[in-house]
Amino acid sequence: MNILSIFPAIPVLMMLGLWLSKNTRQIHAVMVTGASLLLALAVFLVFRYLGLRAEGETAEMLMTAGFVWYEPLDIRYAVGVDGISVAMILLSAIIVFTGTFASWKMTSDVKEFFIWFCLLSVGVFGFFISVDMFTMFMFYEIALIPMYLLIGVWGTGRKEYSAMKLTLMLMGGSALILIGILGIYFGAGATTMDITEIASLHNIPVSMQRIWFPIVFIGFGVLGALFPFHTWSPDGHASAPTAVSMLHAGVLMKLGGYGCFRIAMYLLPEAAQELSWIFIVLTTVSVVYGAFSACVQTDLKYINAYSSVSHCGLVLFAILMMNTTAATGAVLQMLSHGLMTALFFALIGMIYGRTHTRDIRELSGLMKIMPFLSVCYVIAGLANLGLPGLSGFVAEMTIFNGAFMENDTFHRTVTVIACTSIVITAVYILRLVGKILYGTCTNPAHLKLTDATWDERLAVTVLIVAIAGLGLAPMWMSDMINESVYPIISHILN
Amino acid sequence: MDYSAIFSYMYTEIALAGIIVAALLYDLIAGKKGRRAFHGIMCTVLLLFTAGTAFPFHKETASIFGGMYVYDPMYVIVKSVLAAGTLIVFLTSDSWLRKEDTEFKRGEFYVLTLSTLLGMDFMVSAGHFLMFFIGLELASVPMACLVAFDKYKHNSAEAGAKYILSALFASGLMLYGISFLYGTTGTLYFDDMSAGINGSALQILALVFFFTGLGFKISLVPFHLWTADTYEGAPTSVTSYLSVVSKAAAAFSLMVILIKVFAPMTEYWQMLLYIVIVLSITVANLFAIRQKNLKRFLAFSSISQAGYIMLAVISGTPYGMTSLVFYVLVYMVANLAAFGVISAVEQNSGGKVGMDDYNGLYRTNPKLAVIMMLALFSLAGIPPFAGFFSKFFIFAAAFDQGFHVLVFIALINTVISLYYYLLVVKAMFITPNENPVAPFRSDRSTRIGLVLCLAGILALGIASSVFDGISLYSFGL
Repeated sequence: MNILSIFPAIPVLMMLGLWLSKNTRQIHAVMVTGASLLLALAVFLVFRYLGLRAEGETAEMLMTAGFVWYEPLDIRYAVGVDGISVAMILLSAIIVFTGTFASWKMTSDVKEFFIWFCLLSVGVFGFFISVDMFTMFMFYEIALIPMYLLIGVWGTGRKEYSAMKLTLMLMGGSALILIGILGIYFGAGATTMDITEIASLHNIPVSMQRIWFPIVFIGFGVLGALFPFHTWSPDGHASAPTAVSMLHAGVLMKLGGYGCFRIAMYLLPEAAQELSWIFIVLTTVSVVYGAFSACVQTDLKYINAYSSVSHCGLVLFAILMMNTTAATGAVLQMLSHGLMTALFFALIGMIYGRTHTRDIRELSGLMKIMPFLSVCYVIAGLANLGLPGLSGFVAEMTIFNGAFMENDTFHRTVTVIACTSIVITAVYILRLVGKILYGTCTNPAHLKLTDATWDERLAVTVLIVAIAGLGLAPMWMSDMINESVYPIISHILN
Repeated sequence: MDYSAIFSYMYTEIALAGIIVAALLYDLIAGKKGRRAFHGIMCTVLLLFTAGTAFPFHKETASIFGGMYVYDPMYVIVKSVLAAGTLIVFLTSDSWLRKEDTEFKRGEFYVLTLSTLLGMDFMVSAGHFLMFFIGLELASVPMACLVAFDKYKHNSAEAGAKYILSALFASGLMLYGISFLYGTTGTLYFDDMSAGINGSALQILALVFFFTGLGFKISLVPFHLWTADTYEGAPTSVTSYLSVVSKAAAAFSLMVILIKVFAPMTEYWQMLLYIVIVLSITVANLFAIRQKNLKRFLAFSSISQAGYIMLAVISGTPYGMTSLVFYVLVYMVANLAAFGVISAVEQNSGGKVGMDDYNGLYRTNPKLAVIMMLALFSLAGIPPFAGFFSKFFIFAAAFDQGFHVLVFIALINTVISLYYYLLVVKAMFITPNENPVAPFRSDRSTRIGLVLCLAGILALGIASSVFDGISLYSFGL
């Protein structure tokens, strides 16, 4: 079996194991074993990939394998990875691992919860390893549908409304993707569904590209929180249980950016160049609007959700700049945002689990009560506003650097506008930290609360290590990404 | 006349007719003990029949009785799909048939159902419009008896009357259309007729009338008005049979006749289908949202599914035909699973079929709730369940022929349909309930039926061999 196919296979086995488990102990055992295995395998994959590249493998996709699945439509189950997918797989494995520990104290329907959680990760891993449009789309949808029940059953607040809104909006997006995929497949002569082969054929008429590019881009853009299709995100994230918010904001939203880059732009390059300005404007709005919205929210989760809109907007903004530096920054931002937003949601979940409120007007002085969680919260905040030494700085620096390289007035202007989000981010993060962590605690009930337990510490520490690791030693990661982004960007530009 | 040819090509129908006669006789002579074993015997016989006729013995097309009856390997596959559907309906109908007021009519249920199946088989295999019409009537008239099977229930009798009246009206229209065709071409044989088809005004009228007749059977909008009432009133097992098997046969023969007879008028029927598809999918979806009774709900869902099936018909390609048969098969297992669950809950809870009655079903009957959920996901086209694949292939078939906007409309409608399918999922899994359906254990036969459906939902898409097998024999314009 190809090493890549093991990634979706492990969660499938985990689901089977969970189904057979009889008590919480066994469920935890299955989850920890599976998640650790995934993490170990992901780390191994990174080294294996770097090793192969060092040996001089120059193919665009490595470790490819596959077989013909549906002959009449040239559908193949085909897998392969480049630097971008490897980075995403590593991110997913980290989030799945930490998500498991973040939902350690779950009490109701634990088994079902983790089964759906595993199905979600099947979809995520499958998506990142696929090089065939059909299988990619299939895994994409597999990742979407568990969200409905995960939010609807285990969520909080207006969970039924949010779950339905999220599912329908994302499924609407995937309907657009589906028709786009058909358009690309038949436009390219109906001979292959393989992404790299379609790219090398490069024979889709430009008139058709103009139709399919916006459709596919918006389709994936819905999941990437593209303005004005982002409205599912704040509601969905606010209602979802902790681990689901982590996985969803941390990984699932990256599927959108990845799909926009890998399918919409890579396969429809001429239209991408022609029409990118529309989406650049929209993403600029996402970036700034998301940041401003975060400033006026009072619910911790809403703040982070809008902050995610802003940061994910930056990912799409960067890939639309169509140069290697910005695109590398986009992938770094996917990683960085995935890690820090997961950290945020984990911490919010832990604070909420203790105080039973997420309203910042009712929280204050937490630093004295739960120092570990508070310090971690400050670190997450600093990463979010782009403090050097943490991952956010590396990503945003690369993005804005790359964006500024485009030296016409339009690109310069939008870059300057997007840059303001850094300042606005600082405003809401610092205001938040000051409000809930410092000062004196006004609610006597909060004084008796305890600090993080071992499982929470583990989840949070892993994430912080990853954030700091990416921030302090970004080169090995950014080189790997840069190498893989280069052929795609040069394909788009030529 | 070479009788060996008849036996060698018509084996499906002959075997089925034999089973019907045997069941009729068994019903008459069986004692009390024998009647108790009736269900088991019938299911076993039908299973053997399905397995025995599943694969075509001959790989070539042949016609007997001077072209009245056509043998084609594709037809054999379609017939086996229909038979498999009937088998599942039989399996899930046991607890209903055990009831006091149906127990003594058990034999009639088998005989009538198999008669309609025989009618459909003839319909599929027809090479001549008279043969086709006889098959259609044989499939409709006993169906009306089945719909009114619970004759002491007001609803059921009303549904039967509604069904037979609309069916007769539709048949009348269709006959009128066929008479135009005969008048303009001078023949009723499919093969000879297409030479005389030229798209004259009379023939367009004939096409419309013919289409109306079948549109009624498939319950496409605007010929759907009988559907919801009939589905609601008929016994659940009959509804499930009506919603899949009957629909599948009609849809397939529609495609065959459009391809074989109306080939010179392709533009006309494609335009006709275009309008009907958009209407069926959209109207049915919008109505389904408002339904509170699950049987009515699935009635509208099945109308919109019929619209999707027509996407394959409109393509008119061999690939479209493969997708049609595959879609029908996948739709069948999913819909029968949903109806199987509804039937089980209805029989074990004193007739609960409302959406609100399903609130909290997962707490009391988790297995049934999960099967229902997977069936609905498959109907909505969610991977990795079979419905995703069948929908994708249907869309690809229509897209290939340039119906881009139509596919887009259909795709938008899948999102709407997902909304109302999720409403049921929400009721079962999320909404709390003070007095949910009490836990029960369904009978063995229903469980077997549901497990078969579940296996189909999970495996048909992932295992590509079924699709490949069908595609070996399909044909197009």
